[in-house]
Amino acid sequence: MKLVLKMPKRLNRSWGVDLLLFVLLGGVACFMALPLVFTISNAFKPIDEIFTFPPKLFVRNPTLKNFTDLVGIFSDSWVPFSRYVFNTFFIAIFGTVGHVILASAAAYPLAKLRFPGKKLLFNIVVLSLMFTVYVTQVPNYMIISYLGLINTYWAILLPAFGMTLGLYLMKQFMEQIPDALLEAGKIDGASEYRIYWQIVMPIVRPAWLTLIIFSLQNLWTNGSVTSHKYIYSEQLKTVDYVFGQIANGGLVRTGPVAAVTLLMMIVPITVFIVTQSSIIQTMSTSGLKE
Amino acid sequence: MFRKKIARTWPEMKKNKHAYVLMAPYFIIFCTFTVIPVLLSFFLSFTNFNLLETPRFIGWQNYARLFVQDDIFMIALKNTLLFAAITGPISYIACFMFAWLINELPPKLRALLTLVLYAPSISGNTYLIWTLLFAGDSYGYANSFLMKWGFTMEPIQWLQDSRYVLMILILVQLWLSLGTSFLAFIAGLQNVDRTMYEAGSIDGIRNRWQELWFITLPAMRPQLMFGAVIQIASAFSVAEISIYLIGFPSVDYAAHTIVTHLVDYGSIRFEMGYASAIATVLFTIMLTVNLVTQKLLGKVGE
Repeated sequence: MKLVLKMPKRLNRSWGVDLLLFVLLGGVACFMALPLVFTISNAFKPIDEIFTFPPKLFVRNPTLKNFTDLVGIFSDSWVPFSRYVFNTFFIAIFGTVGHVILASAAAYPLAKLRFPGKKLLFNIVVLSLMFTVYVTQVPNYMIISYLGLINTYWAILLPAFGMTLGLYLMKQFMEQIPDALLEAGKIDGASEYRIYWQIVMPIVRPAWLTLIIFSLQNLWTNGSVTSHKYIYSEQLKTVDYVFGQIANGGLVRTGPVAAVTLLMMIVPITVFIVTQSSIIQTMSTSGLKE
Repeated sequence: MFRKKIARTWPEMKKNKHAYVLMAPYFIIFCTFTVIPVLLSFFLSFTNFNLLETPRFIGWQNYARLFVQDDIFMIALKNTLLFAAITGPISYIACFMFAWLINELPPKLRALLTLVLYAPSISGNTYLIWTLLFAGDSYGYANSFLMKWGFTMEPIQWLQDSRYVLMILILVQLWLSLGTSFLAFIAGLQNVDRTMYEAGSIDGIRNRWQELWFITLPAMRPQLMFGAVIQIASAFSVAEISIYLIGFPSVDYAAHTIVTHLVDYGSIRFEMGYASAIATVLFTIMLTVNLVTQKLLGKVGE
């Protein structure tokens, strides 16, 4: 009995190949991490270390001056910094929740029900992923201004609700759900809405956590691009817009810029860490077995 | 005949009312902000729209100009195809390989490695760090390293030399590319039913490669399809990193891509009709590649 317990979960492994693969993995991980380490260490470098020759990767005398300088810059702006923070969080949270709910509601019929027009609708979704956003910007602007959404949160939120990626991802995940499970629900007398909300949604939780990451990331990093275009009043702009302004400040602000870059990175990464750990938790109890 | 079909379809639609109710909110928004703009742009590609005058229908003229007169478009086309042919397959395979390797690790280590590999693409415009690494003077990290170890005597103008810019673009894109599909693959791998592996080993699967080909890949087909579409879209529509890293326009158009060409005509010269034609051509290329890829993926595990 003890021997069985000691057996590894996965069979068919050889040590040599294992080692080789993980050396490869380690090497790539170092390469990927390099610029991140650089960003972090730069944010804490005093000004003379940033311009030192030859450049050093790691910081020697870490300082918080870059961050305190940043506070100075913010206190100069006439819209309080907290307002930008509020805008960012409002847009990121509201946009993500809306997108996750709408996209998965639309994905469930596409993945699991049969009805006229299903194939056509799905093909349109996939096709639209192949069209670059640069050229639809002008038509988009025309539509948003026609709807009277210019200079409101809706100009960012509504398009975010209808992002294509989320629907497609959700649909692909829902396809893996065994039909038997849904039929069991139907036999027990549940309506389609109930099956969607109480059976399908809990099962695809790993997928919607992934979706939350994408959506948040999209709203956080592209927020400035969109808020640039559709939003003119300073009160409605987001944090990364302000950070972008600082980053354009040039050489004199190299220190604060390094600090800003770090701050910009921290938010999506924190969200990712938090979501990721709950992905792993749900995985052990996902119950996707036939 | 057609009438009969409609007569059959209508009750069918009524029976599936709930499907349409569930889809309605999403698709109304999706049509407004995606489908209509795309259709509009298709239509505009046959006009001389310049944002000021009312568009005038000019037939295939934009397309003729694109392929016959526009030499720079040919450079852009060549760069884009080269770029996509290198970054597309490599990053797709890398996304899967790393997701697959990570999946076997203990949870804590897996979480850490996922973070490290995914961080570049999650953290917004951190790719600008590469401008520092490849700075043209001896303060740049790449230059200072090469000079210190005696590979070169003087700094290389990495981002201004037409011999290097496309290469650097490819490198940075690969660095960024463990993104969306990587994460989708990780989630997909965790969805694969563990009991299938035990069943497989009883059925005579001997090593990890057979396990991969006969069990893991077929079970992940939905995610693989998803990943392929995303990778194709991102490999062909590279522009932002080219503009911010190499500059716009790039030296000798060495890093000019179809999308930067489009940005040139769309947001600088305001020839929206022409820009739309460029977009339509790109769309056609991506669609073709996509169809071929989907065909190939259909053969996985056979």
